[in-house]
Amino acid sequence: MLLINCPHCGDRAQTEFTYRGDATVQRPDPATASQAQWLDYIYFRDNPCGPHIEWWQHSAGCRQWIKVKRNVQTHEMLGSADATGEIADEIEEAPA
Amino acid sequence: MIQQPFRAPSGGAINRSKPLNFKFNGKPYTGYQGDTLASALLANGVKLVGRSFKYHRPRGIMTAGVEEPNALVQLRTGNRTEPNIRCTQVELFDGLEATSQNCWPSVDFDVNALNNLLSPLFPAGFYNKTFMWPAGWWMKYEHRIRKIAGLGVAPTEPDPDRYAKRFAHCEVLVVGGGPAGLMAALSASKSGARTLLIDDNVILGGALRDSTETLNGESAMVWVTAIKQQLVQMENVRILTRTTAFGYYDDNLLLACERVGDHLPPLEPSQSRQPRQRIWWIRANQVVLATGSIERPIVFGNNDLPGVMLSSAVRSYARQHGVRCGDKAVVMTNNDSAYHTIAALIESGGKVLAIVDSRSTGPGKAALDIANQHEVEVITRAVVVNANGGKYTRKGLASVDVNSYANGEIGNESRTIECDLLAVSGGWNPTVHLFSQSQGKLRYDDKLACFVPHASVRPQVLAGSINGEFATRNCLIEGANAGRLAAEKAGFVPREFVPLPTCDKIMEKPIEACWVIPVAKGRKFKPAAKQFIDFQNDVTSSDVALAYREGYQSVEHLKRYTTLGMGTDQGRTSNVNGLAMMAQLSGRSIPEVGATTFRPPFSAISMGAIASNETGENFMPLRRTPMHEWHLENGATMVNVGAWQRAQCYQRPGETMMEAIYREGRHVREKVGIVDVSTLGTIALRGRDVAEFLNRVYINKWMKLPVGKVRYGLMLREDGHVADDGTTTRISENEYYMTTTTASAGPVMSHLEFYAQTVWPELNLHITSITDQWGGMALAGPDSRKVLEKAVDASDVSNDSIGFMGYQEATIDGYPVRIFRITFSGELAYEIHVSSDYALSVWEAFMRVGKEFDITPYGTEALSMLRIEKGHIVGGELDGRTTAADFYLGCQSFKGSGTEPHGIKKDGHNRVMRSTKGSNMSEAGFGGMQKTGEDFIGKRALDRPGMVCDSRKTLVGLISENGKEIKRGSQLIEKLGDTPPVKMLGHVSSKYYSANLQQHIGLGLLERGEQWMGKTIYAASPLTDTYVPVKVVHHVFIDPEGALARG
Ligand SMILES: [Zn+2]
Repeated sequence: MLLINCPHCGDRAQTEFTYRGDATVQRPDPATASQAQWLDYIYFRDNPCGPHIEWWQHSAGCRQWIKVKRNVQTHEMLGSADATGEIADEIEEAPA
Repeated sequence: MIQQPFRAPSGGAINRSKPLNFKFNGKPYTGYQGDTLASALLANGVKLVGRSFKYHRPRGIMTAGVEEPNALVQLRTGNRTEPNIRCTQVELFDGLEATSQNCWPSVDFDVNALNNLLSPLFPAGFYNKTFMWPAGWWMKYEHRIRKIAGLGVAPTEPDPDRYAKRFAHCEVLVVGGGPAGLMAALSASKSGARTLLIDDNVILGGALRDSTETLNGESAMVWVTAIKQQLVQMENVRILTRTTAFGYYDDNLLLACERVGDHLPPLEPSQSRQPRQRIWWIRANQVVLATGSIERPIVFGNNDLPGVMLSSAVRSYARQHGVRCGDKAVVMTNNDSAYHTIAALIESGGKVLAIVDSRSTGPGKAALDIANQHEVEVITRAVVVNANGGKYTRKGLASVDVNSYANGEIGNESRTIECDLLAVSGGWNPTVHLFSQSQGKLRYDDKLACFVPHASVRPQVLAGSINGEFATRNCLIEGANAGRLAAEKAGFVPREFVPLPTCDKIMEKPIEACWVIPVAKGRKFKPAAKQFIDFQNDVTSSDVALAYREGYQSVEHLKRYTTLGMGTDQGRTSNVNGLAMMAQLSGRSIPEVGATTFRPPFSAISMGAIASNETGENFMPLRRTPMHEWHLENGATMVNVGAWQRAQCYQRPGETMMEAIYREGRHVREKVGIVDVSTLGTIALRGRDVAEFLNRVYINKWMKLPVGKVRYGLMLREDGHVADDGTTTRISENEYYMTTTTASAGPVMSHLEFYAQTVWPELNLHITSITDQWGGMALAGPDSRKVLEKAVDASDVSNDSIGFMGYQEATIDGYPVRIFRITFSGELAYEIHVSSDYALSVWEAFMRVGKEFDITPYGTEALSMLRIEKGHIVGGELDGRTTAADFYLGCQSFKGSGTEPHGIKKDGHNRVMRSTKGSNMSEAGFGGMQKTGEDFIGKRALDRPGMVCDSRKTLVGLISENGKEIKRGSQLIEKLGDTPPVKMLGHVSSKYYSANLQQHIGLGLLERGEQWMGKTIYAASPLTDTYVPVKVVHHVFIDPEGALARG
């Protein structure tokens, strides 16, 4: 069971959260998007093997939708942010 | 008869003043408090405890712990019976009953032991090779074979015991209470970190419990007791014994099973509040794995004879239970640890005839000293090649054949030693299971001849013999360091150092790997005796050789082909031996063959413990409405609707359930009824942008909804299909009150939050679920206004004051209520919502004032009937595949009234169903002008070809033409008698017997529904062999003009 960092509540057990999916997908502008873009938005998702940013809702907590960066291969948690925030890129460790 | 003939008069951690009676295979025995079932059986001289899985060979107790492959028993009886229980782990209690498994009619005479003679028929992969052919015969064989090769029997009655579940959080979790674990727990706790120490056994100490070594000049257990004393006194420490950590999951979550009451005679749950077992969910910042190591056997001929045991087990029974496992013993080893067994055996009253050491270098000095001190012959460069049963010990060990041995080959020198016990040590395998579960990588260490942890992935520290560090002194040092390091990593500063006890320094000679003794050939050993690698699954060295010859050479192939390591013991005593043999055969190194992957659970966990207390009524939360008790008191039959309990109908004396439902349904249309609708999802929306938000989440328009008005709305998913429907009311300028269907309350809430928070965060609004805070009831029927007028305190609820789709606030008996003029039945109706605290009082007020109008409560069944009569869509229609147009677009009345959803193209369609001037409640809710071009969720998906094509299924009404019931889930087909496959035109989505129309009616989704209007088709239910002719009609059966609701 994952330990997810809610930016509002801190580290909480996965059972308090609901998963939604890829958080890098943006709803296109309905006025200008092509049909192809729109179908892409509704149906098509990448399936990366490694770090991925996902939507999780802290449904049994503060009810906020948050972005969680997670390595889907190793389950390593790489950061989280508010719905409108950005997750800071990992700081590469400088060689000693 | 001598009681417990193999028990020493003193010694061991047992209480000789507390005798316990137990039964094994129906025969009564006595043991002592502190015994395991295994130690008590051994004390009584019971050597034969079971039969092997495949060949039904006699088997005895081989180990003293979780690694036991043989001594599996059926424990307890009746509804408490448990199969495949290792008797090495069962604590004895008074009245315990256990039986052998896998033998018939008895363990002493097993008919199926014939399999042993027929063993050529049972090679590796025998299922696949022999019995799957010919294909049809498998069905006949399977039952018989499963019975022959069975293990225990599962109980057939519900488990009467109580189980519990508990969460724990700590900075440092120490798994294992041996020398390393104790030091780790103590040094971590000195930093103030919350420390949890868990140990599988009853008594802390690990290997020290059996040790002859001293610490601080005293018996090692004196030191253990002192450390435990210190730990117990610290507030930040918790110790759990009898607790097995069985699973290591993401982010340092470990699951452990505490055997709270297994060592006590079972009590009925009513007599005891204590659970039988408790599952702990432990989230730890850092984990110290001090899980120790498990001894492994050496493989030789007939090595499964009762009387052949692990050296550590013999030591353990002697030191912990005062039990000698045999009178005349031989020890066989390839390392120094087995020399300690000599002392333990002699202490417990046994004799040791010889120790056979396979090593070219012989034993270390301290080890040799022990042998010399006890005048035990040391036979070096030799191995046991065969164990032999005897004439009078048919089912147990009588002698061993010892041969000279060098460079992996047996030499010519040979002798036979008569003995009734052979204690074997083939070295030690670190207990890496939890480490491996936590994705840690293993490395094979040639010097230590075992797999050791290589690299951790999780926040953990390893200490003691899990690292292949077998000397006590080094385990203590590693433990102290690990505890300190773990506390530091968790952000705690150790305030004091834990003193190391003074300790014997034993210079040991290293182990020399010795896995499978070459099969002894020659006249004396004909036919070659079976060499067992996996005792539980009866996998022999010749099975591994066969797997090699047939190309199953990788570890995973070997495992699956031979079933090596796939038993309930997970191959603890067999995996590495199997790998080593495969390596030898294929000329590869052991790491080249590979290591098996360990998965949870570490050892078997009962289903009861996994379910814990989440069974029966605690399986999921139960939601009750504020009127729940009233329903029960008034004869309601309750039904589960999701988590909710709702009243299905209120039966009167002498009435059948269906009679009650029909009466309730008729009563609503004739007089007045009241139904509990507290389960509807209710959501409060506040903020200046609520109207804009509603405009984007509903398909219809919301910008101009006046204060005091209710509007019906449909929500789509982004793919254009209908998600849910409900009403929203403008309570005040910036406050709206939304209702959803009962089932969708949660998903709709989450859906709204997602769009408000992530897609349109610029909109100013708050969304709050208030389902639990509000109760609701609907008054429906021609007399509903009269009842309402009478109930309210001096408010005007006339048609002028609160018209159709109107909203008004009032008080009833002083309680503030919200009145909505909406209907799901098509009758004149009101929904009255009130704070949950007062909902029952308001309900009772209605019952009181409604008496003169003959008000009656109705349940969900009548509700269903009424809404189907009115053609109102719910779950059966909102199945995630339907569009708004499937329900409404074709209706002329709908078009004409200008109430269609904004943005949906309506021209160019020939989807007119039939002309009716009426509308149902749903349509009536759409008001105002159509606005095109505005965005809402799902809109862009609506003009996809599949969404607008002419052949979509549309909502129709169905009437049974022969008076027979339309079956739930029926498919709609054109005619009967066609040869299947028959084209399915659609399906029945809801159905009921309309008590008001006195007809069986239904709603259906039918391809080009409008074209079938007035025609007869068939509702086919092949499952129930029912085919009903149905007439296709408009989906609103009652009052299509909607006059009743508006009146
Ligand atoms: Zn939160």
